[in-house]
Amino acid sequence: MALKASRNDLASGAIFIAFGAYFALEALRYDFGTPFRMGPGFMPVVLGGILIALGIAVAAKGLGKPDEEAAPPWPLRGIVLVLGTILFFAATIRGLGFIPVVLIAAFATALSSSRNTWLSALIISAGLCVLCLLIFVVGLGMIVPLIGPWLRF
Amino acid sequence: MDLFASLGLGFSVALDPINILYCFIGVLLGTLVGVLPGIGPTATIAMLLPITFSLNPETALIMLAGIYYGAQYGGSTTAILINLPGESSAAVTAIDGYQMARKGRAGPALAAAALGSFFAGSVATFLLAAFAPPLARAALNFGAPEYFSLIVLGLLVSIALAHGSIIKALGMIVLGLLLGMVGQDIYTGTPRFTFGLRELFGGLNFVAVAVGVFGVAEILRNLENEHEREVGVKAVKNLWLTRDDLKRIIMPVLRGTGIGSLLGVLPGGGHILSAFASYSAEKRLSKHPEEFGKGAIEGVAGPESANNAAAQTSFIPLMTLGIPAHPVMALMIGAFILQGITPGPNVINEQPALFWGIIASMWIGNLLLVVLNLPLVGLWVKMLSIPYRVLFPAIVLFACIGTFSINQNIYDIYAIAFFGIVGYLLIRFGCEPAPLLLGFVLGPLLEEHLRRAMIISRGDPSIFVTRPISATLLVLALAAVLVAVLPSIRKKRAEVFVEED
Repeated sequence: MALKASRNDLASGAIFIAFGAYFALEALRYDFGTPFRMGPGFMPVVLGGILIALGIAVAAKGLGKPDEEAAPPWPLRGIVLVLGTILFFAATIRGLGFIPVVLIAAFATALSSSRNTWLSALIISAGLCVLCLLIFVVGLGMIVPLIGPWLRF
Repeated sequence: MDLFASLGLGFSVALDPINILYCFIGVLLGTLVGVLPGIGPTATIAMLLPITFSLNPETALIMLAGIYYGAQYGGSTTAILINLPGESSAAVTAIDGYQMARKGRAGPALAAAALGSFFAGSVATFLLAAFAPPLARAALNFGAPEYFSLIVLGLLVSIALAHGSIIKALGMIVLGLLLGMVGQDIYTGTPRFTFGLRELFGGLNFVAVAVGVFGVAEILRNLENEHEREVGVKAVKNLWLTRDDLKRIIMPVLRGTGIGSLLGVLPGGGHILSAFASYSAEKRLSKHPEEFGKGAIEGVAGPESANNAAAQTSFIPLMTLGIPAHPVMALMIGAFILQGITPGPNVINEQPALFWGIIASMWIGNLLLVVLNLPLVGLWVKMLSIPYRVLFPAIVLFACIGTFSINQNIYDIYAIAFFGIVGYLLIRFGCEPAPLLLGFVLGPLLEEHLRRAMIISRGDPSIFVTRPISATLLVLALAAVLVAVLPSIRKKRAEVFVEED
């Protein structure tokens, strides 16, 4: 069944409402204060309320007006690999150390483009690893273990 | 200190060999990202912020400023050669520039763009030097209510000039303001929205938010539809302008400089607007309007001058009031703060070497850009053949390593991933990321000044309308929103903002 509403407007409205609700509800637990002496909860509650209202307005505006263009395809492979790489980087940079993490992360990100083959991804990751070492560790003196404690015997 | 003594001080800073070197690196990088479609100055500056942390404040800001105005130059090269604006404000240049290139006149088009830009950049920098000090003095009289109203004005004007749905832009601003509130409350120290994590007590990392929303989200966007670029013009010959060309571009360059300098001060995309305004002015004033769209050199010189003038004058609100005119300036605020300097009217008195050094470096940067762009244009054409699939893994890694190197805080990197996906979803559903970043930077300031103003007035909100400066600013803000909602202007906006970065 075709949806008789703008998918974009409904979705962005929902995101606004979700964020607004989170901030407003969480801020209710803080001291609200008075207009004279506003507490830490004052601004977030007010702004959260405004954001919920705006979210409803955005969604309402989209009703009955379907999007003219078809939605572009979801870059699922990109989302999983790019975001996964960033999370992997955060989780392992202290344990594995700079060199292994950069090699693996560059390889995985490169693979998220359907135009990269395994070989080109390998070349890109090796090149980037050298480049990053030169820029950040040699050039900027970043203090980070090159090979982390997890890999030492 | 009079203007010339100040500029003398500025040049003594800017001519320091290290600063010249970083100014050069800045404009080089700026040209590079301006030339390459897919990465804009916003993402680049966000990624390089961490790197500048280890430099002197002067050096760091000179380099970052160079990236910004360098990108305005570089964007025109791509626009002329492959009809694809490397930077949003160069969209207008593509109209006539590409037509000139197709007729074999790519050289004169590039030369007109570069010379116009150089002239406009130099003049606008002079205006910045002349008008910033008095404005900063006036701003010193601003109290909390005035600052609050000024921030409201800045936020609302940015919507009026942005494109797309106004309600969505408002929503993005409010979301940004809320995100800016994460961390300890400034007055009571209560931790807010921190999930109990100590790492979040200082607030969300600005670089992580910017890199996520502009860098990672943009990459995901580009991975939706992958396609290769084609370079139509392989070699550029004959860069010299004929006497006739020169005569034709003088007036457009002058007018473009004027329009750009004026509009650049406005918050929210002044450089894009000024390029379009200049183009339509030239078309209206031209004796041969029929040539426009078919390769009129005036249509290249005017808008290019305008967007470069605007790029320089958009530093005025930042350096005098501490209010960013658009996302790149918001990042510059981040750079100031990383260096331990609060941007605002005090910078000019407390850090004169920094203030005048940045201004003086803009002349040097503009000169370097002419050298970089004209003789080396062949190099940039080659750059266009670097495929995106090699570029984006580098962007992701630089973002992670750079952000990590600021505080060695892994939660900052988790924040990149979070804002990458949230930013991507919002952009995909038709929301602009720029207002969110503006809101995020201005959120804490807005809250601080609002609360202070209310304490001053003992809880009476009428303080904002009874103080004349504050009232004027709020009326202007209201006018900006009304203008944006008017149907005739809305139609114009839809035409103007077809291309954004």
